[in-house]
Amino acid sequence: MIIHHPLLGPRDAAEFVYLGDASLIDRPDWQAEDAAQAFHAYGYLRDNPAGAHQELWYHEQGDRSWLVVTRDTTTHEITQVELARDVARVRGRDK
Amino acid sequence: MSQDYRIGGGQVDRTREITFRFNGKAMQGHPGDTLASALLANGQKLVGRSFKYHRPRGVFTSGSEEPNALVQLRSGAHQEPNTRATTVELFEGLSATSQNHRGPLEWDLMAVTDLMSPFLSAGFYYKTFMWPRAFWEKFYEPVIRSSAGLGRLSMQNDPDQYDKGFLHCDLLVVGAGPSGLMAALTAARSGARVILADEDFAPGGRLNAETLELGGMAGADWAAQVVAELVDMPNVRLMTRTTVYGAYDHGIYGALERCTDHLAESGGKPRQILWRIYSKRAVLAAGATERPIAFGNNDRPGVMMAGAVRAYVNRFGVTPGHHVAVFTNNDDGWRTAKDLTDKGVEVVAVIDSRDKPAVCEVPGARHVRGAAVMDTVGRKGIKSITLTDGQVIPVDCLAVSGGWNPNVHLTCHQRGRPEWRDDLQAFVPGGALPPGMAVAGAANGQMTLAAALAEGQAQAKAQLEALDHTVANVELLQAEDEPREAAAFWHVKDSKKRAWVDQQNDVTVKDVKLANREGFRSVELLKRYTTLGMATDQGKTSNIAGLAILAEEAGKTIPEVGTTIFRPPYTPVPMGALGGRARGKEFRPYRLTPSHKWAEENGATFVEVGNWLRAQWFVRDGEKGWRDSVDREVEMTRNSVGICDVTTLGKIDIQGRDAAEFLNKVYANGFAKLPVGKVRYGLMLREDGIAYDDGTTARMGENHFVMTTTTANAVVVFRRLEFARQCLWPNLDVHLISTTDGWAQFAVAGPNSRKLLQKVVDKEHDLSNEAFPFMACGEVMVCGGMPARLFRISFSGEMAYEIAVPARYGNSMMDVLMEAGREFDAVPYGTEALGVMRIEKGHAAGNELNGQTTAHNLGMGRMVSQKKECIGNVLSQRPEMVREDAVKLMGFKPVNPAEPLIAGMHFINRNAVANMDNDQGWMTSVAYSPSLGHSIGLGFVKSGDTRKGEILRAVSPVHGREVLVEVVSAHFIDPEGERLRA
Repeated sequence: MIIHHPLLGPRDAAEFVYLGDASLIDRPDWQAEDAAQAFHAYGYLRDNPAGAHQELWYHEQGDRSWLVVTRDTTTHEITQVELARDVARVRGRDK
Repeated sequence: MSQDYRIGGGQVDRTREITFRFNGKAMQGHPGDTLASALLANGQKLVGRSFKYHRPRGVFTSGSEEPNALVQLRSGAHQEPNTRATTVELFEGLSATSQNHRGPLEWDLMAVTDLMSPFLSAGFYYKTFMWPRAFWEKFYEPVIRSSAGLGRLSMQNDPDQYDKGFLHCDLLVVGAGPSGLMAALTAARSGARVILADEDFAPGGRLNAETLELGGMAGADWAAQVVAELVDMPNVRLMTRTTVYGAYDHGIYGALERCTDHLAESGGKPRQILWRIYSKRAVLAAGATERPIAFGNNDRPGVMMAGAVRAYVNRFGVTPGHHVAVFTNNDDGWRTAKDLTDKGVEVVAVIDSRDKPAVCEVPGARHVRGAAVMDTVGRKGIKSITLTDGQVIPVDCLAVSGGWNPNVHLTCHQRGRPEWRDDLQAFVPGGALPPGMAVAGAANGQMTLAAALAEGQAQAKAQLEALDHTVANVELLQAEDEPREAAAFWHVKDSKKRAWVDQQNDVTVKDVKLANREGFRSVELLKRYTTLGMATDQGKTSNIAGLAILAEEAGKTIPEVGTTIFRPPYTPVPMGALGGRARGKEFRPYRLTPSHKWAEENGATFVEVGNWLRAQWFVRDGEKGWRDSVDREVEMTRNSVGICDVTTLGKIDIQGRDAAEFLNKVYANGFAKLPVGKVRYGLMLREDGIAYDDGTTARMGENHFVMTTTTANAVVVFRRLEFARQCLWPNLDVHLISTTDGWAQFAVAGPNSRKLLQKVVDKEHDLSNEAFPFMACGEVMVCGGMPARLFRISFSGEMAYEIAVPARYGNSMMDVLMEAGREFDAVPYGTEALGVMRIEKGHAAGNELNGQTTAHNLGMGRMVSQKKECIGNVLSQRPEMVREDAVKLMGFKPVNPAEPLIAGMHFINRNAVANMDNDQGWMTSVAYSPSLGHSIGLGFVKSGDTRKGEILRAVSPVHGREVLVEVVSAHFIDPEGERLRA
């Protein structure tokens, strides 16, 4: 596979390490009432879509960027690649 | 042996003669021959024995689809089993032997299995070798393994070299037949970067095997002309002897180039190269494969594919027989008859299953309409054929054509699903092709030359236009639309004898029918039950007939039955090529510590620690075993001073205004208030609350920390910190860099460690206990002005330091430390002594931080802060993880000091039965403690912190051992930490 790194252009997937669902960015509030429940869901529950899937890839053999890659799990087509830091900020982790 | 079957014409170089050996017999051929064509030229019809029944078999095809003519090539360590004689290029001195027979090829003792064939039908093994159970491993399997099978491995290391390579192109063209050449030419003249790959050594595909003409020129000449143009173009890479074996994601193709297989010696060059080709677009022009018709005894040497017979006659100037009959269900088979008679070979009969007039004139041949071949005679070579009308015709070769299958394999490697075309009676590419791939020519069902050329050009044009590339106009030469009508005719139903569908696996029509009767009605089940379509040829000639017969039996159509899906590789890829250079030592290169050279020169025994090679102990004269060395290293360190290279621990430099806050989030214990110039032990948790990694982090400045991780987790901790920094807390001002390789770090431990370091560290630095107490850190100068870092930390429990210098000075630093330590009798120690001392001190390591234990288990539960946000603290408080009676890390000593302990022993209460219901915990680490004079252990035991002084049984059913142990504190040495702080 080839991942189009937003900073470095097309790079072979072999340079990356795969982590999984990009929902791992959405770490729950540790002080919330239901924190234990929320962390359980965060840690253990994943969607397994046949189709578009946002997932985290780490450019370990490169610039060490974490990326959010939108990949179709049935075709491996990659429709979007973003810096995870940008995604995290958009998702409100910039506080 | 003389070349009795060599006739005129062809593309072999008759001016030169090559001598080769088959089963020890010297034979002659010419450059341009394959082993198969040379064997046929010498009249060698019998070339091997079949897989299951040891039936005599000969050359069946002229390409990589060959099921029968598998030979063992070369000898000694270079020996290679199961090579297809039809693709092996002849070279001087080539030596090949036939496979799978006991005794000579002509008189195989195992041929007796053929007489037992009524008992050996599909599923035979499953049905027969059920009982008695114990017989399978000891008797049945060894017997079957030695009687069935293909070639033999050399059982020596492969002496050849293999390489891997990467290529990029605008257009990859797979196959250099007419449509592939046309596609490549169109793209090349348009200026695109083109790779043209073909598995054959001579590009041209079927043009080399046919007598077709283009614009009045012989097809093979046109191919040669195009190739000559392409090789001179800088934007084209022509790769012959290269099989594109797989279509992977995003336009990536796998290809195997056989670089020196056609030479007697590789001359030190890589034998084969595994290429990864990154293509923007691809045109698959893989051609088509002819398929046989099943009839009685259709596997005798001399029964061949009609297209292959044509290839041997036209390309190699070899006729497989002198009295040939053709059996066909389609127009194309007639071309064989015509080409043979044109070359002066006698064609005795053309048997057409269709009741229709002759397709062309074949002088001298009987035309038998609407008939079929029912049986053949001739043990080691065909002697005659019997037709359905009872005629017996003497022949020495039977050319069979059952029509052609487009080579759709690569279209299926992702989501493509072939579609049936009635007019071709074949599957063509269908479903979603690999993105960027277009198919042209016979592979796409364009079965005539004119259509194949036109489609090759059109697909290249469409692909270039999709890339916004301008397209040069290439003149399409006038070519034939040869007759290609075909009928559905898969097997001769009147035939009473065994009719072979898959010759490589010895699967007959009867086996396919039996599978259907026994309920194996899906194609995938059929394949696995009968083995149809397995092994080196992957059913290239047999699959369709198998499907057709299954469909017929089940009363379905072929598209209803469907086809099995092709996966990579298209043809076998040697393991050596997949391994490339990553073999032996290069499979996983060692990382060497900075003082490796010093250790080597000073008697170190090394041990693999992850990728690292570390000194395990240093032997001295007179020491008989490793324990002597290790005990001495521990004693000398505890009595005076020892030095150990600890560079392998992960080192992460952390800087930024928010560095302290960041550490506070990734460690379970607090770091925000760590003063500058101090070190703190830190414990990391996983998000699920399990202990992850530990180490020390030193605050070198207000915004500058140096973290250490365990050796094993150096890479993953760094990865995780980057995740935390970029994904969880993206607004923190913090930056990370791994400096594991940047600094050489040495532990200097023991009561004389300060005295030793005072000689090495420059005088202006005060190392007194007051100025540089336990857990102090700072930047210092050593050896008169060289920058270094000093940490007063201890893994051994002694007064100890770690000193770090730039890695390039590491080996010298070891010298300096040892020289300075001479007056104290300083000792270098290895990982074993390091381990003994940490067990004596009760420090957790990998055995305790094993991914199953919590801070609570480790006795560090109170370290996990609930007053701050940090990874893992929420889930670490789940009830099950903080149970009162959870296992706790404790120390264990044998009641009888003479008894050794074993790691992995389980603890059982004194009066309880030793079973898992009564399990109290387990021993994680053990060592002989030279300081205490007996064995000691660390381990987890239920409610351990309340059980000090209790006697338990430590049981190891695996070793059949049991020891009574006393539960004690994990800190065997200096529990109050007085030595650390001295």
